[in-house]
Amino acid sequence: MTQLALVIDLNVCVGCQACVTSCKEWNTSGSAGPMGDQNPYGADPTGTFFNRVQTFEVGAFPNTETVHFPKSCLHCEEPPCVPVCPTGASYKRKEDGIVLVDYDKCIGCKYCSWACPYGARELDEQQRVMKKCTLCVDRIYDMTMAESDRKPSCVKACPTSARLFGDIHDPESTVSVAIRESGGYALMPEWGTHPANHYLPRRKMRIKIHEDELERADNPLKVDRQLPRPAMDEPTLDDVTTW
Amino acid sequence: MHPAFSVIFLTTLIGAAQGLFLALFTAQSYAAFKLLPQPDAHAFYGQGSLLALVLLVAGLGASFFHLGHPERAWRSAAKWRTSWLSREVIVLPAFMGVVFLYGLAHWLDWHPVLLTLPGGLPVDPTVILGVAGTVLAFALFLCTAMIYACLKFLAEWHSPLTVANYILLGGASGFTLAAAFAAHTAPELVGFLAGWAAIITVLALISRGASLFRNARLKPKSTLRTAIGVNHPKIVQKTQGFMGGSFNTREFFHGKSVTVLRGVRWFFLLGVFPIPLLLLSAGMHGSAVFLGAAFLVQYLGLLAERWFFFAQANHPQNLYYQSIA
Repeated sequence: MTQLALVIDLNVCVGCQACVTSCKEWNTSGSAGPMGDQNPYGADPTGTFFNRVQTFEVGAFPNTETVHFPKSCLHCEEPPCVPVCPTGASYKRKEDGIVLVDYDKCIGCKYCSWACPYGARELDEQQRVMKKCTLCVDRIYDMTMAESDRKPSCVKACPTSARLFGDIHDPESTVSVAIRESGGYALMPEWGTHPANHYLPRRKMRIKIHEDELERADNPLKVDRQLPRPAMDEPTLDDVTTW
Repeated sequence: MHPAFSVIFLTTLIGAAQGLFLALFTAQSYAAFKLLPQPDAHAFYGQGSLLALVLLVAGLGASFFHLGHPERAWRSAAKWRTSWLSREVIVLPAFMGVVFLYGLAHWLDWHPVLLTLPGGLPVDPTVILGVAGTVLAFALFLCTAMIYACLKFLAEWHSPLTVANYILLGGASGFTLAAAFAAHTAPELVGFLAGWAAIITVLALISRGASLFRNARLKPKSTLRTAIGVNHPKIVQKTQGFMGGSFNTREFFHGKSVTVLRGVRWFFLLGVFPIPLLLLSAGMHGSAVFLGAAFLVQYLGLLAERWFFFAQANHPQNLYYQSIA
């Protein structure tokens, strides 16, 4: 079974919001669109977004770290928003695990948004239906695009390659390797939703070098040192012995 | 959560209607066993069912204001296997239909004896419809309450007490309404109905009090640590990613101060329980004014109770929306 997902590297994300704007641009003009804005130039603008980048400060001044945190639908493997939907408009695709909303069936009761602990779903004020990240389902299978473009638009937009896209059920995929080898984790694991999207943690960028790492303690062949010149009557086996 | 008035009116109106129907059929059952005098069936059961039906229609009407696409509401009966909301959408019209038929059977004096119970009690269509309506009334209470109680990360709702509260609060307001209604149509039943209204109100106080006690001691399972997956005791949001509002900042916050919340809680604690109890005891001997006032005060209290029920629920998504910039 395929489960497409994003893996977001918090160590690399710089919080530039490029994924936010490219997501909005693609999806407002794609099959999910329009993503209506209300009062866009007024005092209290609002609108539909599938993806946001938030910023958190970890620690106490002056020892703080800034974490930029992109947030969109996590395409849970056990999506709590799907069974509560009374119409079946909210569904999880069997073939690739993407959680989608059928805008023609949605009655806009907002119940699925109550059932999502991550706040990934929004009611579009213009179309009066629930909307959420589609993982750019209208891009990733579009054979008229070059293969390198068949990725979610947020992934394409990221200037630091903080967003990886692939099948987390394929153990050899880039995303599976990243999750396995770089400590990938899921958000709010306490609810058993098994989010497909994973995050890679911040990593320490300083290394402490110990004394014994500069000079080899165990060096029987003394290869780190210049070899003493053997006497004329001694056999010479350079790099092997020093007698 | 943001309390939506459509849902507040839906749950309180149909709750009162269910309670009223249960009161009608309780009185009929007691009368069948000769424990109560037989009231005027036209006026009490017939008009009483009509009153319940009016409340149910009003509640259903209110619920449509909650939908983005009310014209597609019929679709919501599709997923009854998994969704409590879908089940409610099926049970509510079924209950309305049974209440209508029950009232109609009484109104038309349709009492052909279908079978006789061992004790010699005749069973006519009103009894069958009454039993069916009772089952559906409880099923509807269960569906309505489970819509909220099944959401496990809304800890304030995720409790059997939610189901108990919906049954008892709906039952209390329905029996109070039945007592007030009986003061006009069946004065001989007032004492019985007002007595039960008082008993159910006290039971509701115990159950709602228990849920308030429980909710005041809840410890949120999700924290910013698990929300963003950074294991550090001190995490502060610096920006939620936008400066304007969004669905996430509107739907999940009640937007009122702690003082208002506390005020509403005291308002409903007084309005739903002690004041109606006093008015019920004052009206026990058939005063329509006191009983009517008891229902009105209790219903207003229940509006506040339902508002507080929504406002008190703290959604874990709020962890992500704490700071504008």
